[in-house]
Amino acid sequence: MSKIDPTSAVFAGLKRAGVDFAASVPCINLGQLLLLVSSDPEILHLPVTREEEGVGLCAGAWMGGKRPALLMQNSGLGNMINALASLNLLYGLPLLMIISHRGLEGESIAAQMPMGRLTPKLLEVMGIPTFAPAPEQAEETIAFAWRAAAFQGRPAVVLLDLNFWREG
Amino acid sequence: MKRIQAIAVASQIAEAREALLISNLGYPSRELYAVRDRRENFYMLGSMGLASSIGLGLALALPGRKVIVLDGDGSVLMNLGTLATIAHHAPDNYLLVILDNCCYGSTGSQPSCTSSKTDLAGLAQAAGVERVRRARSLAELEEALDSGLDEGGVVVVRVDPGNAEVPVVDLSPHEILQRFMRSFLPALPP
Repeated sequence: MSKIDPTSAVFAGLKRAGVDFAASVPCINLGQLLLLVSSDPEILHLPVTREEEGVGLCAGAWMGGKRPALLMQNSGLGNMINALASLNLLYGLPLLMIISHRGLEGESIAAQMPMGRLTPKLLEVMGIPTFAPAPEQAEETIAFAWRAAAFQGRPAVVLLDLNFWREG
Repeated sequence: MKRIQAIAVASQIAEAREALLISNLGYPSRELYAVRDRRENFYMLGSMGLASSIGLGLALALPGRKVIVLDGDGSVLMNLGTLATIAHHAPDNYLLVILDNCCYGSTGSQPSCTSSKTDLAGLAQAAGVERVRRARSLAELEEALDSGLDEGGVVVVRVDPGNAEVPVVDLSPHEILQRFMRSFLPALPP
């Protein structure tokens, strides 16, 4: 039995969630996903210079009626905490965040490890719902994460670690 | 010119052209609220640096609606990458107005880098923004806003340091968001 392709599962999740606006900062693990998102005529995709900028763009897009997702690496979480708190949490703005989670098991770059360990704790202390599906559950989980974000009026995060991208 | 005068002109033109206004945190939002409060104003209360990004996302989502952002020099310096993103993606319904008072006016007027060497209009041009306008008087500002609203781009307005004596925006974040979104998405449920 062939396993599911992790990138395809994430993309299917974005489609099932109804995402039609995406901002991104690249990660090697998101490479194929960014190509799919860029070539989808139903998704307006903006590469941004910094994760925090993407938070602002997605907030404005949501106010204008879009369903936004931010595609990024967890190292960027530290660049956007004030924006998540004093924009999304303050006004009650939903945001789907698809995060490549580096710095855990199998990581080869030492600089990824501090934020790798801190990422789940930072999200928890901010009260941001976080999901970490296997590829088989990713499509459904991503769609659910958007519903959680929309219902609660806050960001929701899907963390995808190295094992996620190696499966399939 | 005082910043509140520039804000008054911008808000008057915004109303006449039915444009949505995103205003930067601190005194600019307070001055806008005092001069001309409209449902079409979104008052940013936090997330310094992101007014230009919020406005860009909104303009891309609402191509039929003009969007003006009232930003500051300190805030643009905090999110300089926004100029590159605007150059690459901003639609012609998006106008970023940078009210450059050469200081961090809401925190005690500490000088910013535009007080000496840094030229934000030059930075916008170098980032690739094609339509960059400068204004040093109210007449120049009116002209820049009028043509800027047709073509989009960036307007850099030199204003005096100092804040008007105006009260805080006494709306909750929820109220600001709800009435703003209802002004252009009337089908929202109550």
